[in-house]
Amino acid sequence: MTPSLEVSGLAFAYPDGHQALFGVDLRIERGERVALLGPNGAGKTTLVLHLNGVHRAGAGTVSVGGLEVSKPHLQEIRRRVGVVFQDPDDQLFMPTVGDDVAFGPANFGVIEPELSLRVKQALDAVGMGEHADRSPMHLSGGQRRRVALATVLACDPEILVLDEPSSNLDPVARRELAEVLLGLDRTMLMVTHDLPYALQLCPRSVVIDEGVVVADGPTRELLADPAFLAEHRLELPFGFSV
Amino acid sequence: MGAGHAHSLHHAGDSVVHRLPAHVKVVVAFVMVIAVVATPREAFWVFGAHLALLVAVWIAARLPVAAIAARSLIEAPFVVLAVLLPFFATGPRTEFLGLSLSVDGLLAGWNILVKGTLGVLISVTLGMTTPVRDLLAGLSRLRVPGLVTTIATLMVRYLEVIAAEARRMRLARVARGHDPRFLWQIGPTIRGVGTLFLRSYERGERVHLAMLARGYTGTMPLLGDVVTSRRTWTLALLPAAAAVVLATTGYV
Repeated sequence: MTPSLEVSGLAFAYPDGHQALFGVDLRIERGERVALLGPNGAGKTTLVLHLNGVHRAGAGTVSVGGLEVSKPHLQEIRRRVGVVFQDPDDQLFMPTVGDDVAFGPANFGVIEPELSLRVKQALDAVGMGEHADRSPMHLSGGQRRRVALATVLACDPEILVLDEPSSNLDPVARRELAEVLLGLDRTMLMVTHDLPYALQLCPRSVVIDEGVVVADGPTRELLADPAFLAEHRLELPFGFSV
Repeated sequence: MGAGHAHSLHHAGDSVVHRLPAHVKVVVAFVMVIAVVATPREAFWVFGAHLALLVAVWIAARLPVAAIAARSLIEAPFVVLAVLLPFFATGPRTEFLGLSLSVDGLLAGWNILVKGTLGVLISVTLGMTTPVRDLLAGLSRLRVPGLVTTIATLMVRYLEVIAAEARRMRLARVARGHDPRFLWQIGPTIRGVGTLFLRSYERGERVHLAMLARGYTGTMPLLGDVVTSRRTWTLALLPAAAAVVLATTGYV
């Protein structure tokens, strides 16, 4: 079966010469939930921006659902890769929640009445169906995060990419988001520093450091190896052990 | 709509005027403002008729006068200018309550005051009966360049975000004992403005990235389809036509 995501030999250097990725290989099957772990500056965000073609690979290839990331299919690639950015205020730029959720599908050519249906389904999926007419400014942090998730769900992506989904959330909002994510039944790549969250949501983890994949395996096994974690500036919060 | 309290200009309601499509109301308001501006300043009664026309719209829209007045305060600085003109303009003068006033200045002041006030009242009426997002969609429908409406859309959203950021930065300064009382202590505030600019600039880049990620190609999609019947146009353009007729009679 075609994997949802296939990255092979991906290398990239920024225009200023700083090399961020040195040959990354990663394959994610349909329906998998994978955590992408690594210290700050490891190249996680750089990798994410390759998945939807914001950055062009210096070497290597990225394919999403069998379609290679390249200029002619950029629009279809962006539909297939739903990136939820770290700060919902960056993602929610329209005056109302409903307009924001409609923005993506409308760009991808979805028209009424299908468009309204998509908006409703996406908002219902994250438990925000009541708030379509509100301004994002008047939502709590957790609600904003869920609306940001809805904005990409409405595009019906092949793979969801979440950048630090649990940051700045209070414990209840954190748990509610986890419940929503677990109920979605979609392929997911979750970039995070929150190791317990990775353990809760993702059976598999990929650790990236200094631009290469240094480990790829069951999350529980990786997190049970303190020496390995310390080597890559990762550690479980105080009081945790797996 | 729920975003109402974010933009205090809007006054939620369900009147004939509220229900008119935004682009129709923009055209009507524009024509009425032009008619008011084109009315000769000496045609005093015509301005009264313009006001009567507006009052009729308010009644149809069920807008409370107090709310209109509160929103019209934005005009205050211009009123000061209009009041000063009769004192400082040159030309033939007249006596009023022992004050020597310029006739030309009086007329010029009146001209600014009456046209400015009516213009503000028309705009306030449009703003009170139309939510901001509809207004922006209306402008797109009237073929206002996409860049302009996109900037306006983002401004509506991010003004609040940036204002909140500015409040947090001020709080952080005050919390560390910054208490500017004199002009030479304003340094940190100015640097704060610089920082705020840089942060907003960076946010702009992140927002653009987030827009690209959801398929943005340079034009905002037009959300919601509005079909405007000829009947709606005719009905809505009635007050605009009346204002134009009034302005014309001012020249007779």
